[in-house]
Amino acid sequence: MYEHDVIVVGGGGAGLRAAIAAQEEGADVAIVTKLHPVRSHTGAAEGGINAALREGDDWELHAYDTMKGSDYLGDAPAIETLAQDAPEEVFQIEHWGMPFSREEDGRVSQRPFGGLSFPRTTYAGAETGHHLLHTMYEQVVKRGIQVYDEWYVMNLAVTDEETPEDRSCHGIVGYDVQSGEIAGFKANDGVILATGGPGQAFDHTTNAVACTGDGYAMAYRAGVPMEDMEFVQFHPTTLPSTGVLISEGVRGEGGILYNADGERFMFEHGYANNDGELASRDVVSRAELTEVNEGRGFEDEYVMLDMRHLGEERIVDRLENILHLAEDFEGVDGLKEPMPVKPGQHYEMGGIETDENGHTCIDGLYAAGETACVSVHGANRLGGNALPELIVFGARAGKHAAGGDMAEAKIETGERGDIEYDETELPYQPGEVGIDSGPSGVAADGGAVTADADAVVEQTVETERERVSTLMERDEGVQHSQIRADLQKTMTQNVNVFREEEGLKQALQDIREIREAYQDVYVDDPSRTFNTDLQQTIETRNLIDVAETITLGALVRTEFRGAHWRAEHQERKDEKWLKHTLVGWNDGDPTIFYRPTILEGENKTYEPKERSY
Amino acid sequence: MSTQVPETETEAETETEPAGESHQERRMADKAAKREYRESEKKAEDELRAAEESVHLKVFRYDPEVEDKQEPRFDDFYVPYTKGMTVLDALMYARDHYDSSLTFRHSCRQAVCGSDAMFVNGRQRLCCKTQLSEMAEPVRIEPLPHQDVVKDLVVDMEHFYDQMHAVEPYFQSEDVPSEEQRQSRENREKIKMSTRCIWCGACMSSCNVAAGDNEYLGPAAINKAYRFYMDEREDEEELKEHRLRILEQEHGVWRCQTQFSCTEVCPKDIPLTEHIQELKREAVKNNLKFW
Repeated sequence: MYEHDVIVVGGGGAGLRAAIAAQEEGADVAIVTKLHPVRSHTGAAEGGINAALREGDDWELHAYDTMKGSDYLGDAPAIETLAQDAPEEVFQIEHWGMPFSREEDGRVSQRPFGGLSFPRTTYAGAETGHHLLHTMYEQVVKRGIQVYDEWYVMNLAVTDEETPEDRSCHGIVGYDVQSGEIAGFKANDGVILATGGPGQAFDHTTNAVACTGDGYAMAYRAGVPMEDMEFVQFHPTTLPSTGVLISEGVRGEGGILYNADGERFMFEHGYANNDGELASRDVVSRAELTEVNEGRGFEDEYVMLDMRHLGEERIVDRLENILHLAEDFEGVDGLKEPMPVKPGQHYEMGGIETDENGHTCIDGLYAAGETACVSVHGANRLGGNALPELIVFGARAGKHAAGGDMAEAKIETGERGDIEYDETELPYQPGEVGIDSGPSGVAADGGAVTADADAVVEQTVETERERVSTLMERDEGVQHSQIRADLQKTMTQNVNVFREEEGLKQALQDIREIREAYQDVYVDDPSRTFNTDLQQTIETRNLIDVAETITLGALVRTEFRGAHWRAEHQERKDEKWLKHTLVGWNDGDPTIFYRPTILEGENKTYEPKERSY
Repeated sequence: MSTQVPETETEAETETEPAGESHQERRMADKAAKREYRESEKKAEDELRAAEESVHLKVFRYDPEVEDKQEPRFDDFYVPYTKGMTVLDALMYARDHYDSSLTFRHSCRQAVCGSDAMFVNGRQRLCCKTQLSEMAEPVRIEPLPHQDVVKDLVVDMEHFYDQMHAVEPYFQSEDVPSEEQRQSRENREKIKMSTRCIWCGACMSSCNVAAGDNEYLGPAAINKAYRFYMDEREDEEELKEHRLRILEQEHGVWRCQTQFSCTEVCPKDIPLTEHIQELKREAVKNNLKFW
């Protein structure tokens, strides 16, 4: 058994920042990641980092924009923490050598982004995430923080008290991809999940193949509620053939969108009379699909994004990476032609419910980054707010887990406090297959009945070893690739930008069938060496759980807010829905409950207003 | 499928055209004809492939644990071709539809995570940004040369990471202001290309010197050192000298024989050889001992 004070799961932006912060508090830290850290998907972020650094801007403006962008579903303490901590964190990474783009006077450059009242998106070309990731990995190397790379974390070692709020997390179970070894990792002070998004639940996504929602699913099954999962961001500018992201920076620099009739539809069809292309992402994505659905798209699929008028010099200086992406993945020369774009799954606003210190309702279990829901982004994330979230809340979670001195959180977690239960009648039973007779087969978890940390970890290791044996010993059944494809198909068809009640019910039924099919899943590759067949089989189970929480949230929330659009409910309903959707696993028999949104900030209360751009 | 032969035919035709046109005009017309030909050829090829509906892959297989894979071999896969398909797409298709034990690293699919550098048709390439339409068939896919093979197309990257870490690849300046440090646009431009490295290992695998000298830092690590050495924000003299000392050791910059193979295969177009040469000049300028 391996042992460390703090174990960080995931080596992307949030994980690296958390590890550095925990080490600065004196903890012995290890990062356990299924990739090597520099392969993490933070590296694909293009646009930038919002932070109020300049005169004329301040954190309160950043907080206001973020609250408005969230369609009043973000929690004020989370949003204000983000806005307050972001400048210091940006200077910190600059001090670590981050190669930001620069102004004439040598200061870091900032540019306009959608939904911002001040050009506060700090950037490094159109490859900000790549530089952020590498800069932080360099600091991890400098500090000698131990990295277990290509170790896939299969499960959390959590005690099994009746209610999740009484449980404790004592470590994880890891699977060494290269050797096939399954081992326990004991965490004396805490486990931080920084495992990124769940994009692989959809088939047209900007997310990496590695974005399989492992953190969500592990925390969910351990008893942490999933918060606001129905809010999925579809980025308006992805390349049609691959889903590769074309940064919002293109529109920030002045790029325009037009339809097959040559109309600059954001203005000409009144989707956003003031901000046009720079309206919030949900607004632009819906506008594009509406254009296509009403017959004004190109090839009934996409619209055009044009940046040619910006001139070669400016494009090469600030958006060079976009030229390479358009050329390599769509065969388009962005200097000479417009680029075809359509909406693609990009970001999960919801996630593992945490407070502003990254803590979940389970003692010793933390989450940060996309996998967490603090909640900063509410119903819609503004461009440029994901990277500051990684570093701000990564640092806070790391510090808190390592026992750093921090103010008590204002945000409440778990199935307690001011909550109400949902009473929607569900058409299909969600959760574990065969729950009535107790969980069984390859999806069984079985909690640990002891409070002794070592024993909890060992028992979880045993459960995982059994799971792997069962999967490996089977000679026939269904393969993960088929199951995953079916899941992606129903999610993309039914839980997309536009959502209808019948479609959502269909998705729940499909997920039910997919779960049942998973009971017969088998791994064909008999090898213990680098068995990606086995790894993907386990990841697919996680995707099923995550997809179900997204669909459940989407079905019960009968209103239109931010990224969540419902055909039958065309208004934002503040009197009923200023509250977070929480889905608890409840040992395999999910419950849905709600907690009010916190609109009371440090100096003011945010009044929900109509969100127009 | 080469376009070479027909291209020369086009050239021969234009040669016989009557004189009278200026040399410039003829060259332009020639180029236009060639371009048109290439485009039509490309289109015809795409159509042909779509009609044929399959691409032939020959994929290296090896697994130290599985009996019939212990002896390395090549497996044939025929993958339905769709327009715009990359080598990575084809590998994923083969794995998901024919053989789930086919093993390779990949993640972002957009040339930024650096996981899928492989040896495709005799050259180091990132599979995700290599269009199948540009590859002659059968497309031969092998693991990166000069590295130990773990399984199928997966190589052991530990040595590569060790070399990257050996150049102290982190900002060391302690003297920082309360806000941001200033950096001129020129200096940012100077280091820009060097910061694009995605650690894919293509350069190291292509380098003859690295193949023969296991301790050679290699192009990627030297480029990483360049990124810090040239960054004006890390301006302490002792630090600069410290960095040069690491670089001018026996297995450092002087080993480079300027063959440009690293520069040729770099998927991020980093002028690696140039960066190594510049550091050699710095070492001389600083009058440091060299081996």
